This record gives sequence, structure tokens and C-alpha cells, in this order.
Amino acid sequence: MQVNRRQFFKICSGGMAGTTLAALGFAPGTALAQTRQYKLLRAREVRNTCPYCSVGCGVLMYSMNDGAGNAKNSIFHIEGDPDHPVSRGALCPKGAGLIDFIHSKDRLQYPEVREPGTDKWKRISWEDALSRIARHIKDDRDANFVERNTDGVTVNRLPTLSMMASTSITNEAGFLTQKLTRALGLIHVDNIARV
Amino acid sequence: MTNHWVDIKNANLVVIMGGNPAEAHPVGFRWVVDAKIHNNAKVMVIDPRFTRSAAVADEYVPLRSGTDITFLLGVANYLLSNDKIQHEYVLNYTNASFLVRDDFSFNEGLFSGYDAQKRIYDKASWAYQLDEHGFAKRDPSLSNPRCVFNLLKEHVSRYTPEIVENICGTTQERFKVACELFAETATPDKTMTSLYALGWTEHTVGSQNIRAMAIIQLLLGNIGMPGGGINALRGHTNVQGITDLGIMATALPGYLALPSEKFPDLPTFLAAVTPKTLVQGQVNYWGNYSKFFVSLLKSFYGDKATPENHFGYDWLPKWDRLNDFMYTMSAMEDGKLNGCICQGINLLASFPDSNKSIRALSKLKYLVVIDPMDNETSCFWQNHGEFNDVNPASIQTEVFRLPSSCFAEEEGALVNSGRLLQWHWKGADVPGEGRDDSECIAGIMMAVRRLYESEGGKAVEPLLNMSWNYVNPEAPAAEAVAKEMNGRALVDLTDAGGNVVLHKGQLLSSFAQMRDDGTTTGGCWIFTGSWTEAGNQMARRSNADPSGLGVMPGWAWAWPLNRRVLYNRASLDPQGKPWDPKRKLLWWNGAAWTGYDVPDFGAAPPGSAVMPFIMQADGVGGLFAQGKMAEGPFPEHYEPIETPLGTNPLHPNVVSNPVTRIMKNDDNFGDPKKYPYVATTYRLTEHFHTLTKSSKLNAITQPEAFAEISETLAKKVGVQSGDMIKVSSSRGAIKLKAAVTKRIQMFKVNGQEVETVGLPIHWGFKGVAVKGYLANRLTTAVGDANAQTPEYKAFLVNVEKA
Repeated sequence: MQVNRRQFFKICSGGMAGTTLAALGFAPGTALAQTRQYKLLRAREVRNTCPYCSVGCGVLMYSMNDGAGNAKNSIFHIEGDPDHPVSRGALCPKGAGLIDFIHSKDRLQYPEVREPGTDKWKRISWEDALSRIARHIKDDRDANFVERNTDGVTVNRLPTLSMMASTSITNEAGFLTQKLTRALGLIHVDNIARV
Repeated sequence: MTNHWVDIKNANLVVIMGGNPAEAHPVGFRWVVDAKIHNNAKVMVIDPRFTRSAAVADEYVPLRSGTDITFLLGVANYLLSNDKIQHEYVLNYTNASFLVRDDFSFNEGLFSGYDAQKRIYDKASWAYQLDEHGFAKRDPSLSNPRCVFNLLKEHVSRYTPEIVENICGTTQERFKVACELFAETATPDKTMTSLYALGWTEHTVGSQNIRAMAIIQLLLGNIGMPGGGINALRGHTNVQGITDLGIMATALPGYLALPSEKFPDLPTFLAAVTPKTLVQGQVNYWGNYSKFFVSLLKSFYGDKATPENHFGYDWLPKWDRLNDFMYTMSAMEDGKLNGCICQGINLLASFPDSNKSIRALSKLKYLVVIDPMDNETSCFWQNHGEFNDVNPASIQTEVFRLPSSCFAEEEGALVNSGRLLQWHWKGADVPGEGRDDSECIAGIMMAVRRLYESEGGKAVEPLLNMSWNYVNPEAPAAEAVAKEMNGRALVDLTDAGGNVVLHKGQLLSSFAQMRDDGTTTGGCWIFTGSWTEAGNQMARRSNADPSGLGVMPGWAWAWPLNRRVLYNRASLDPQGKPWDPKRKLLWWNGAAWTGYDVPDFGAAPPGSAVMPFIMQADGVGGLFAQGKMAEGPFPEHYEPIETPLGTNPLHPNVVSNPVTRIMKNDDNFGDPKKYPYVATTYRLTEHFHTLTKSSKLNAITQPEAFAEISETLAKKVGVQSGDMIKVSSSRGAIKLKAAVTKRIQMFKVNGQEVETVGLPIHWGFKGVAVKGYLANRLTTAVGDANAQTPEYKAFLVNVEKA
């Protein structure tokens, strides 16, 4: 005997007969309408820091992933980290939009080149991009590197290539940037700290 | 920040001047509100605009943009004339009693030693009188007319309330209220904290704005105190870290200098940069310069760095002149550069005079943009009608763009304003074919190296000797680089007694372990201690606060040595007793200094003659800066480079900063008759620079560009809120909507009326918000004479109905 919840309550309202039915094992099937399970419980939680201003608010990022090798994390929710002593779980109107930032339609997807004088981007491979960039740098460096100045002092500098460094990258990426620039001999080096 | 975000709660007075944290740092601003609610603090906002910070302040004091020094020296004059200073602090912890050379002088707007032709100072006279041992002469009675205290008194005596009113446009009544609030914190148990941001730095006198407040804080005894200090509210998430790492024209990591071509070898360089102790017995911590520098060279060049080759000193590039970004852009415009690698910077939107930036980028042979977003810079060659009216066919620059990671897709540390290195973890892969920032940089490095390895070429040694010993050199792991910056012992390190303190290969726990004989490495000495044998200190997550003062020493890790309040020895009197028992950070346990914070001090016991400012060669806070600033040892009021007055009421012959660099390309100043209004750029709470216009939620909340003007100006030019206006400077013009508000008021200054135009900077021709003009089309590329920060907060414009 299959009964749904509504029928079951109807039967029960019949008094003794109903309760007897229940006692005999004719319990109702699982309700279809129930409170949805809290989605974040099954999500993977990763701690991070808001990338905007320098308060350095703690953020928690949530993504779905069962751990399978072919599963990719995609972050679907970001909120403030309540344990963080400075931000205590809060995010401001800038940080409240972080999920739209990481999934922005403006995110670049692959390396591109804009050839001189043209008006469009052309998709290229990483290999092509890096080898073309390296060729430019080497040709420039071989042609313009100054090993000694006019007084004969060793100066080992390349005055024709500049590096403008990000202030949103990590310390670690920053240190690699510092090493790259000095290995190339750059002196036109700056970051965007002041503007 | 000398202090840190949570510490703001300990203040009795919060002075917000040169910043607007309620909008730009909203979550940090909660600690200002905390101070108000729980510490009964007063909040005072001094700003040309009635900002959202002002809206919750106890006192709002308006002043004309670009006149902060007049205001602050007026306050210093009030404190000194009314004897509202912390006497014992001033006498013991500042250079008030130091005697200055007799040939130092100030006359009609110029300090001694000015060379009008070169626009620089010979700073020889800006120095102490020295005794026969080379130590500074002092007069603890403060009666000698040449002591700093009396020179300062004399210097600021010109800044009377009448002068303040005439120059700043602040009424004498409002000014008096402000002075009295400052003065209340002169007692040892009251502190004032100073919060500032770009509102101070983006002036031709930016660094001196901060100096002026530092003088006040020293007079009031507020440096080193919980709830005190000078606190820069920094902009980008890792602007502190990248500055710490010295990615600048003349710098190296840890505030070490990149040598110039004046120093042909390591000993000559070290002799010039290592300061000599100016007062007997002082710590003079920069005396250890050689240890930090040689450890850096060992980190750079590994086994190739030997004592015989001066640890590879020759391989470092030596600079000829300050090639900061503004100089570089001018040189680029002149065709002197071939290439530019632009990493995570929307320079077209952020750098001054965007028309000039387009001209400069168009001269390049190649531009490499590493960025997570499609932005204006990588697309400078695209025609976007009136917003970017260029002809792609005439621009011959080859532009590459490499898709990089954003915060969510990478691992590593970021340094917040409070010098806190916080580790973060990767939550997802970079979208598409994107690679993280480290991989992008390593990719370029390895590709260039491969070419040199196969073909040979010029200067192979500096390129190939740079250490790059990572498990995967194409994608160095963050952990490996973090440890490299922290540093290691290269041999068993022993203490004075011969005991081994660190074994060969172990991570250093303090920069005090560094040596200058090549036996230690360390890529950034101030980060030493961040990743030790005890693990990653930056990943720690205890928010316990045993002090009750918000120190929380177990949360992440702060440089230097996990110290949360810099100069914290100055929170105690010379006998080691806290100036205020409620703010006890440290104490002497009979044998050593200990406490809730890491003592910013040597081992000298209480009552010794060792003074608290250990990074200074004289051990004290500098009311007089000697030769450290470009335009003088004391701040002085100079008008913005584009002044609405056309004169300087204090000294008409020296109107603007006499040593500001003016390059020939930037000599395009606006005439106040044609451009009569003072423009100031600023930020809104819904946006972060030009990044968030690519984020839908932020674009929805503030979709479109506008300019904020006063009701009086609106009436004058005949516009209402919502009308289109044209704002123009001598460099360009933009069209946008007018927002007519009461938040901006007209100033009466030097007999004339001065209007302010507020320009939020968040829009451009890319992104998901409404397309608009870049605000920096209008700005000037003339900046602070010390830091070369362009004057975005006070330049001249005209406003018309469009």
C-alpha cells in the first residue's frame, strides 16, 4: 500500500484505524519538500586575502570538488573570514564583489599578440609568446647593453627596457620579478605604489 | 604604518588627514569606530571635501587642497607657543637638544645651499655641530639658540592662525578647535593616531606633509605608543610588500640601495651607505648594512658569489639617474626605450597625463602586458571613439599579453599596511590557459636564458649567474621563494661562546644571525624570521590577544621580527616605566626586555643612555631631518605646482617646491586665469582603482563617471546635478556627469574664492561599467621631490557645461 503524506494524514484523521495502519508499517514515503542542505557544508574552503586595499581582510573561498583527479575547482562563493583579527568577518562593498571579479568576462584566457599597425588581437601559444618576447629582449639587450660607462666603471645595465611591476602580486612573485629585472640589467624599474 | 590596524582602537584622538578610510579602507575604518565607541575617542577629519569619514567624525575641519603643511605647522606653532608638548619625551627621545651648524639658515622660502640653476640643494649645512669625536653636540637645557628646538620654534612661528586662514581657507575658529584637540594628547596618558593615504602623498610636497605630522607626533610624545604613530593606509593589497622588496629604480629588497655608478666596488659602496653613529653608544642598526647586503648578494648569486669577486657586486646593474616611472615615461616618449614589461598595472589609467602615456607607448617596439584582465593599457592602440581616439594603423608597437592569475588562483604572502605578512592559498586554477604570476616571470627568464645558452651574447654572466635553483625553474614554488627571502646558514653558525646556534642549511630565525663573510643568505633581511625551522610563520592563525591592546602576536607574522608597534621602546620612559600604565606593551624582567610585543630595542637595561630610535644614527626621532629630505630639514609651505593663487603668500619669490623635478615634456602648466579651479582625484567605496569596473557587482553599484562640484560652482557654470560637463586642464579634457553636492565648499583664500572639483578615477574604455574617460587625462606628471609621486590632489582645471 503506497500512501503519500496527504493521504496518510487523511487516514490518520479517521482515528483508530489510521494509527493502526501506521503501527502495521504503512508509514508515509519521504517528503519531497524539505529544507535544502546548507551548500557550504560540502564545499571546499580555502583561506585567502582580499586583493584590493591594504587592510588585508581575510576571505574564505568556497568551491565544489569531490577530490577526483579530473574535477576542477570553481569558486562559487566568497565571504569574510570571521577569525581574522583585523576584519573579523567583514568585507566592504569592494570586497563584496570578489566573486564577480574572479569570474569577470574580462579575464584573459590565452596569450595574444597585437601585430604592429593592426587593430586586432591574435591568439598565440605560450611557446610562441615566450619565444617572441625572449627574442625581442635578447636583440634589445645585445644591441644596447652597457657593460662599462664612459669612465670605465662596470655598470652592467640595459637602459632600453623598462619593468613596471604590480603591487597585487605575492612577495614570492615579487622577488622573482626583482631577480629577473636585475639579471637582465634593468634600471628603468618601478612599481605602482604611488598611484 | 608604525602601528597596525587593530591598534587604532587604543587612540584617544584619531586624526584623518590626507585620507578617507571610510571609503577607501572601510573594514580598517571599523577600528576608528571601535575607538570612538569603546575608548571614547574623538575623531577629527581635516580635508577639502566633507568625506564619508567626515560624516562620522566629531570634528570636520576644511582646508584648501595642497595646504596641509601650513595647517600642520600652524598646529606645531600652537603646541610650542602654549607649551602643549610632552616634555620628557621631547627632551630624551627627539633631537630637540641637538645643535645645528651655524651656517644653516632659512630665508624667504629657501634653506641654505640652494642652487637655482640646477634646482637642488647642497645640504652640507643641514647638519649637527660635531665634537672632536664626531658626535653631535647637545644642549639639554634647550637654551642654545642653535638647538633644534629653538630653530623649530622660530621656523613655525610664522604660521599664525591668521596665516593659516589666509592660505588654507580654514577659519580661525575651526583651526583653534583643531589645535585644542591635538594639544589634549600632549599628556603621557593620551595618544593621537595619524591616518593618511594618497591625500598626503600625491602632492609636490607629499613627503613633507608626512614630515610635518611626524614633528607634531614627536612633540606630543605619540610615536611608539599604542594608539599613536604615523600610519600610512596603503593602497594595493601588496603595495607594502613590493615596496619592501625594492622593485624600484634605485632600490633592492629590505630598503637596501641599488648601487649607482658612483660606486665602482663593494667596499666603496658599503663605506658610503653605512651610517656612522652620531651619538655615543647608540644602536645605529643600519651599522649592520654590510651583513644584509652580502646576504642578499649570496641569495642572488649563490656559489658564484665569493669574497674574491665581492659576492658578485659587479653583476648588479648600476644606475646613472633616478629612472622612476615618470622619468621612464618621458624617456619613452622621447623614443629612448624599446621595450616595456607591464605586470598587473593599468598604467594608462593610473599614470599622469594619459595622452602622454599613449604617445610614449606608441614609441615602443614591444610591450609585454602580464595581467589577469583585459584593460586599457594592453589595448592603448584600440580606437574607442572619444574615449580613446587613436589610429591603430599608425601605432607600430608589437603588444603581447600574457593571462595571469588573480589572488584566488595562487599561493603566497601579501603584506598589509600594518607590515603583516599573511599567507594565502590557492582555491582554483587560473582560467583558460592562464598561468600564475611567478610562472609568467619564470617563463620569460627561462626563455631568455635558453637563447643566451644556445647563441651566446652580451653580458652573459649577470643573466646566468642569477640563482634560479627551483625544483621546476619554469614554475618556482612559493614556499621555496619564501624560504629564499628568509635566508639560511651556509655553514654551522656559532655564537660568541663557540656554541652552534644554527646548523649548515638551516633557516635563519633572525636577521641578527646574518654575516657579511658569505656564510649566510637572505633575499630580504626584513622578512627574516617569516619562514623558520619552526615552519611558515606567515600562516599562523591564533587571534589571541593577551595584552588587550590588540597586539595578537600569533596571527601571521609582521616585519621586523614579528614586531607590531615600531619604536615601541618609546612607549616607556627612560627608566623603563610605561608613560601610560594602561598601555603597557613591554617591561624589563631584571635581565632582558620582554612583553606582549617584540621589543624594538637592544639589550641595554632601563636608565641607560641608549635611545629608542634604533634605525637612526643618532638614536632619536628627528624634528630636524638633517640632509634626508630634498627640500629642507623642516617642512615649508609651497603652493602646488599649479596654484590657483599664482603666488605664495609667505614668500612670493619662491612659489612652489624649489626642487621639484620638471621635465621638458611636462612643462605644460595651466594658467589660473584659464583653469581657475583646483581639481583633486579620489576613490569611492564601491570601487578599487580601475580593477573593479570589470566586476559586475561593483559596476552596478557605481556605473558611471562623474565629477563632484559645489553648489556655488554649479551656479556659476550653469549646471545642475546630472548635466554633462566638460572638465579640462592644459593637458586634455574629459566629459562626464556633474554631481552637485554640499560636500564640497568654496574656500576664501588670499583675497580670492577658490573652488574644488572632485574627480573619482574608476572608469575607462574597458570593463563592464559605462564607458568613460580616464580621469588621468587631466593630471600633471610633476611630483614630490623625494618620492616622485605625481600631484593628483591639486591641479588646475576649468569646468564648462558640455
